Amino acid sequence: MPSAVQSVDWAAVAPPTLVAVLALFLLVLDTFLPPARRQVTGWLAAIGLLGALGLLVPLVDEKHETFCVPGHGLVLPSCSYVVDELTLVFQALVLAGAVVVVLLSMDTVRLARIPPGEYWFLLLASVTGALTLAASRDVLTLVVSLEVVSLPAFALVALQRFDGRGSEAALKLFLVSVVSTAVMLFGLSLIYGVTGQVFLDRIATSLDDPGPKEPLLVVGVILALAGFGFKVAAVPFHFWAPDTYEGAPVPVAAYLSVVSKAAGFVGLALLLTVGFPPYADIWGPTIAVLAAVTMTVGNLAALRQRQAVRLLAWSSVAQSGYMLVPLGAARVGHVEDVLPATVAYVLAYGVMNLGAFSVVTLVGRHRPANLLADYRGLARTEPLTAFALAFALACLAGLPPGLLGLFAKVVVFRAPVDQGVGWLAVVMAVNVVIGLAYYLTWAASLYARPEPGAHPPSYRISWSDGIAVGVTLGAAVWLSVAPGLVLRFS
Amino acid sequence: MSTSELLLPLLLALPLAGALLLLLAGGPDGDRLALPVGLGASSLALATSVWAAASNPATDERWVPELGLRFHLGIDGVSAPLVLLTTLLVLLCMAYLVRVRPEAGRLRALVGLLLLLEVGMLGTFLALDMLLFFVFFEVVLIPMWFVIAQWGDDQVPGGRVRAANVFIFYTLLGSALMLLGILLVGLSAGTFDLTELAARGGAGLSHRTQVLAFLAIGLGLAVKTPMWPLHSWLPDAHTAAPTVGSVLLAGVLLKMGTYGFVRIAVPVLPDGAHTLAPFLGAFAVVGILYGALACLAQRDLKRLIAFSSVGHMGFVLLGISTLTTTGINGALFANVAHGLITGLLFFLVGALKDRHHTADLEVLGGGLYERMPRLGGLLAFAAVASLGLPGLAGFWGEMLTLLGAFDPAGGLSRPYYLVLMALAGTGVVLTTTYFVKVLRVVGQGTSFRAWKDAVLLRDASTHELVVWSPVVVLVVAFGLWPGWLLAATTPVVRRLLGGGA
Repeated sequence: MPSAVQSVDWAAVAPPTLVAVLALFLLVLDTFLPPARRQVTGWLAAIGLLGALGLLVPLVDEKHETFCVPGHGLVLPSCSYVVDELTLVFQALVLAGAVVVVLLSMDTVRLARIPPGEYWFLLLASVTGALTLAASRDVLTLVVSLEVVSLPAFALVALQRFDGRGSEAALKLFLVSVVSTAVMLFGLSLIYGVTGQVFLDRIATSLDDPGPKEPLLVVGVILALAGFGFKVAAVPFHFWAPDTYEGAPVPVAAYLSVVSKAAGFVGLALLLTVGFPPYADIWGPTIAVLAAVTMTVGNLAALRQRQAVRLLAWSSVAQSGYMLVPLGAARVGHVEDVLPATVAYVLAYGVMNLGAFSVVTLVGRHRPANLLADYRGLARTEPLTAFALAFALACLAGLPPGLLGLFAKVVVFRAPVDQGVGWLAVVMAVNVVIGLAYYLTWAASLYARPEPGAHPPSYRISWSDGIAVGVTLGAAVWLSVAPGLVLRFS
Repeated sequence: MSTSELLLPLLLALPLAGALLLLLAGGPDGDRLALPVGLGASSLALATSVWAAASNPATDERWVPELGLRFHLGIDGVSAPLVLLTTLLVLLCMAYLVRVRPEAGRLRALVGLLLLLEVGMLGTFLALDMLLFFVFFEVVLIPMWFVIAQWGDDQVPGGRVRAANVFIFYTLLGSALMLLGILLVGLSAGTFDLTELAARGGAGLSHRTQVLAFLAIGLGLAVKTPMWPLHSWLPDAHTAAPTVGSVLLAGVLLKMGTYGFVRIAVPVLPDGAHTLAPFLGAFAVVGILYGALACLAQRDLKRLIAFSSVGHMGFVLLGISTLTTTGINGALFANVAHGLITGLLFFLVGALKDRHHTADLEVLGGGLYERMPRLGGLLAFAAVASLGLPGLAGFWGEMLTLLGAFDPAGGLSRPYYLVLMALAGTGVVLTTTYFVKVLRVVGQGTSFRAWKDAVLLRDASTHELVVWSPVVVLVVAFGLWPGWLLAATTPVVRRLLGGGA
């Protein structure tokens, strides 16, 4: 009988632990600080996240596993918490994205009079969930992590208490989330019921049966997709996104559309590629249809938007469709081949979407309505900010000079072409053209002549905002020239 | 790296540096800086391109190993004429802007975008990696969109922004399909390198893959060329674009499509080309006839020349579709000749339009020869060059193309191509008809009173003549000594068509 006492690999769990401890510390610290000094908590949050990012470095070389159950006989040991390359890449994206969100939030928290202690606590708690989600390799840890990401997010959205839209946004997010989680739990319980396993690798082993497919499992796999469909805002679980993004403080919208979405994608990818690879002929075509519908609906709806955050919301729905494409192209026996493409696109998307959100946050401080018309002629008064937004939009559209987006699209296109899912590639090709329509219109309006009598916004940019815009622009430009860091995985 | 390895990157870096300098450096003095930088960068680029064409350098560096994308550039007899055409026309456009300022102002941004365009055009012609070709193919889109949408002319139906949008959406849809084709080839063959793939000559690619890939890549290139019926973006874009924009659009951008056929589609996918060449030839001939007939119906001179491009590019495509050395040589010759002649035509019509603020044939009326003899004479010269008068550059391309169609490659139906040849011949007659009509309506006769009384209507200035003269000289030179160009292209075309066939 092996010992029930486990040794925990503290280095592996250090990053989420640090963030969790930091969250509690800031919540407490806030109550002891005089109101004038509360600004400092934001900087502490940013520094703490950078520290957690630093803690990832020692984990790079080898695979770390912890919280394991021992194997017996032919069964190999399985672990709940694994830090491999996939985990590291996503944890790095989550932490770096969170740093940018924290920087953007500093002025928002101050100006919108959001209680800072609660705000940083909720944000960091959600980040903790995203970090463990990327490392979880059993269904229970996966679900709990997913909920840890989501629950603080409801409150974050609603923290702008005097704004009715915030409460509405939070309620929508909450309802869709609860419903999709319930559906997902039902699906997972079916899978547990049939296989008797919670570890993803063991589920995969028990599914790998050459006989006919168990109908209950097929239902279970499809239902399990629902929960993650909500997180990544895939159609038909996308309805919350535009209203929630618009009602939330803009940095929170950035968080939902980048960090929380990346967490959703890593969860989905883990579940499908580690847990259910033998059922790829079931979930592959399902995801392919979801991807096609998601990108088309997102792009068509984005065409009609007049408000910047709503446009980004729909655009991020469409982008989710692109990220699903490689998973949709998966076939039994080739599941491992498509995963890198999704990872690469999620990383690239994170960089370019944060770039767009940084500038939108900035403009939103001066034009609370944040209409697209408010951006007209921005290049006259704020050339650098306008350039940052234009570059981010070019990346999202995937056209030079936004080479980062172009390379990311090439990676995604490769998967369906390679796996012979031509129709999906053609649907995506058409969607790229539709997408260009709104990105280009917006980018061009930055350089258009301002309407007579209108004054494009001009402002002093605070340190935190400036760093956020600069870092995201710098990352996007650098990765456009040398995209290796993002594509390395593929 | 040795000097010769640095030469081609330098050729791209010069206009890029100029563009970045102008587009990113703000400040009120920007407009004064624009032309010195523009002229400097583009003349250095011209000098570098001449040097490169003479020394045949190559560069092959890793860029994005994860995608299999290599920074592989090279220059040979097929690309060199187009590279020189690009650098020459860009320099002439810059020189033209010295005196003829755009009405919409913002010279700095315009010059910067033109330099950015030059980077994309040169890169497309130099790329020897399919993905790199695609990247450069896309580079031109956004600068050209801005040139049309910001400096364009609103007299087209729907306005200049619509014209620019139609241009970019059409091209992007085409190039997205082209990317799918490129990926299909690259992933099946295991490499994106064009020298490697051309040397294999389609070996290792199944017939189905080749046909599919040729279809996808061909559609993308056909939109750019443009091939009837995918041409409908072109008339509005040309008509709306400012003079320098039309010159580069007609002179260089269209050639990126036909060049892609010669560089990628035909040599890499010979089976696919053989299967689909008859269709390509048919569409090409419809384009020739349609373009000519459409020209007869045009009132706007700029639009007329745009439609004449559809016809001329039809000849180029017909030449390619014969899959013979003669036909493709003719196509390449017609490519360069069209670039020069139509570039000149757009310069001339732009000058007419700047003076009269209209390009409507009825409003312009007759009497150009008496009113502005130099401009009128040049217009007559360009028109007869364009209709293919022997002794000028336009003649040889069309003749070689028809000759190629007379004796198409083995496996292609000869009677079918003879029919195509006969129809294309009719197109030549129609082309003559509409150009003669233009000269009669605009050139001959007497001027309307309104133009007679206008004080500001000056004939072509010395500055304009200086800018245009290199093109005129080249049109005559290539007409009299076509061997210069053919000597450069023939060996390369033989190699691309597969082992000295």
